[in-house]
Amino acid sequence: MESLDDIIAAHAGREGPLLPILHDVQARFGEVSEHAIRAIANALNLTRAEVHGVVSFYHDFHEVADPRPVLKLCRSEACQARGVEALAAGLPDDGRVKVETIYCLGLCSVGPNAMAAGKVHARLDGAKLNALLESLA
Amino acid sequence: MTMVRISDDALALACGADDVAAAFAAAGCTVERVSSWGMHWLEPLAEIAGMGFGPLGPGDVAAVLAGTSTKAVGKIADHPFIARQQRFTFARAGKTRPLSLDDFAASGGWAGLTKARAIGPEATIAEVTASGLRGRGGAGFPAGIKWTTVARARGARKYIVCNADEGDSATFADRMVMEGDPFMLIEGMAIAGLAVGAGKGYVYIRSEYPHAIAKMQAAVEACAPIIAPFDVEIRVGAGAYVCGEETSLLNSLEGKRGEVRAKPPLPALEGLFGMPTVVNNVLTLAAVPWIMAQGGAAYAAVGFGRSKGTMPIQIAGNVKHGGLFEVGFGITLGELVNEIGGGTASGRPVRAVQVGGPLGAFHPPADFHLPFDYEAFAAADGLIGHAGLTVFDDSADMSKLARFAMAFCAAESCGKCTPCRIGSTRGVELIDRIRERSGRAADKVEALPQMHNARKGARSLDEEVTLLEDLCETMKFGSLCALGGFTPYPVLSALKHWPQDFGVGIPQADAAE
Repeated sequence: MESLDDIIAAHAGREGPLLPILHDVQARFGEVSEHAIRAIANALNLTRAEVHGVVSFYHDFHEVADPRPVLKLCRSEACQARGVEALAAGLPDDGRVKVETIYCLGLCSVGPNAMAAGKVHARLDGAKLNALLESLA
Repeated sequence: MTMVRISDDALALACGADDVAAAFAAAGCTVERVSSWGMHWLEPLAEIAGMGFGPLGPGDVAAVLAGTSTKAVGKIADHPFIARQQRFTFARAGKTRPLSLDDFAASGGWAGLTKARAIGPEATIAEVTASGLRGRGGAGFPAGIKWTTVARARGARKYIVCNADEGDSATFADRMVMEGDPFMLIEGMAIAGLAVGAGKGYVYIRSEYPHAIAKMQAAVEACAPIIAPFDVEIRVGAGAYVCGEETSLLNSLEGKRGEVRAKPPLPALEGLFGMPTVVNNVLTLAAVPWIMAQGGAAYAAVGFGRSKGTMPIQIAGNVKHGGLFEVGFGITLGELVNEIGGGTASGRPVRAVQVGGPLGAFHPPADFHLPFDYEAFAAADGLIGHAGLTVFDDSADMSKLARFAMAFCAAESCGKCTPCRIGSTRGVELIDRIRERSGRAADKVEALPQMHNARKGARSLDEEVTLLEDLCETMKFGSLCALGGFTPYPVLSALKHWPQDFGVGIPQADAAE
């Protein structure tokens, strides 16, 4: 398993290495912790505040890991036009799966769409969405 | 053995193309995974000897092979949706394997780069200028002028940055280029690098496009020796819509918060790491190899007014025949929605079409005569943007969509300028009050005795609407970038064309019942 130091070292020679490092840290640990922020800041000669500012700016980075599986449901205009709001209203609130709102997967002619575990799903209806949630939970 | 061609584009995969491909393979067919034709309502679409079948599920495979399938759509190349197009940028769509260097070279790949190398930087820029190619990201700035500026700028090094942060709803042409024809985009970047004297290119791809990232990464590795000494690197965004704005994207590439920069200085002079930088959209760079190979004059011969060449138009939302439709500028909105798109998927009447993504105006069917042209849409208080069309049927609530436009701006604002950061939140509150007719009483500060000029009573609906228009005016002219500056387009167009959805013109007593 790659350690934090390995990740930082792997990107050290690149121009603008911060985002690639944060992506790898987020993927490896599920979070960009306070400990990681300090280590990255130290390695890149940035302040802790600068790295924190970047981590908190982007939706993809989280300072605390959430162990639940994630379903990213597109709620943008094209999916709204195809009825995603009715689906969203009918989502179970048992909390077993974390349902995140994202804006656009680029599949706008076959919505409503969602992404989970790196796979994309189109033409969702209530039954398909529930089956997808069950498969994740 | 039967050869079956099925797309491995993200949209086809999301519709179940892998299962269909596996079923064909299990039935003894040779399956080739190609790019998507762009006929999205037919995905997963299988092609056997030029004939199309779709949308298929694994259960349809036996009937297709037996010749009894009811999902046959005839010869794909003759399908009206394909036959009506002028495919320059998407000439290979549906025909080649995205990561096959052999397929790419056999279909005219690298001809543009070879020509650019032969004629040199100045003649290359002259060719692009002659083509009339304008930036396809939304602003429509002439590519030739931008390249000239960078070529003449002095810097220790220069960069080509490809903006692949395609965050607008209803747009997917960038994704289809990256997943379907990645070498063409890289060729366009290499030509740009040669033209302006840049040695390094970055492609900034949004993280919501994992398939495009994987394909581009593989393509960059495969063709590195061909484009050398030019070098391309893939960078991944992190879920911030505003990073599609060019200066915000540059900050993000540098490893900073994706905050917008004030212009000037222009990125062409002080861009990535302060160096002269060409920032072009995927579609702009992807159009360049065709222009170089066929000549700028051939490209400029197609189009309408000052909008030259073709535009890959993306038809999406509640539409029967959604997909990618590349055609010369000048086609009307009505043709796109009704004839090509076939009207709504729900079968109900079209109420509104949003053109240009979340920052584009909503157009009523009365605007269907508008030709697809940068200037014509600007004159109608709209914009073409990245040429995405979202169709809504008559169940759409336009004041709710206007509220969403403000809420989206509030969620995605980078926070740098006040009109966007605060204005969007105030806009949501204001539209909520208009929708609920709740009015707004004087707040604590306004009620203080020393606040002589503050109003003490509630605002009427008309005053609230005037305030919303005023707020939009402030955002439009006071914001640093297009996020705050263009959010008023959907809001004001909804208010203008569908005032009844905001309760305007409906007597107060009736509405309160």
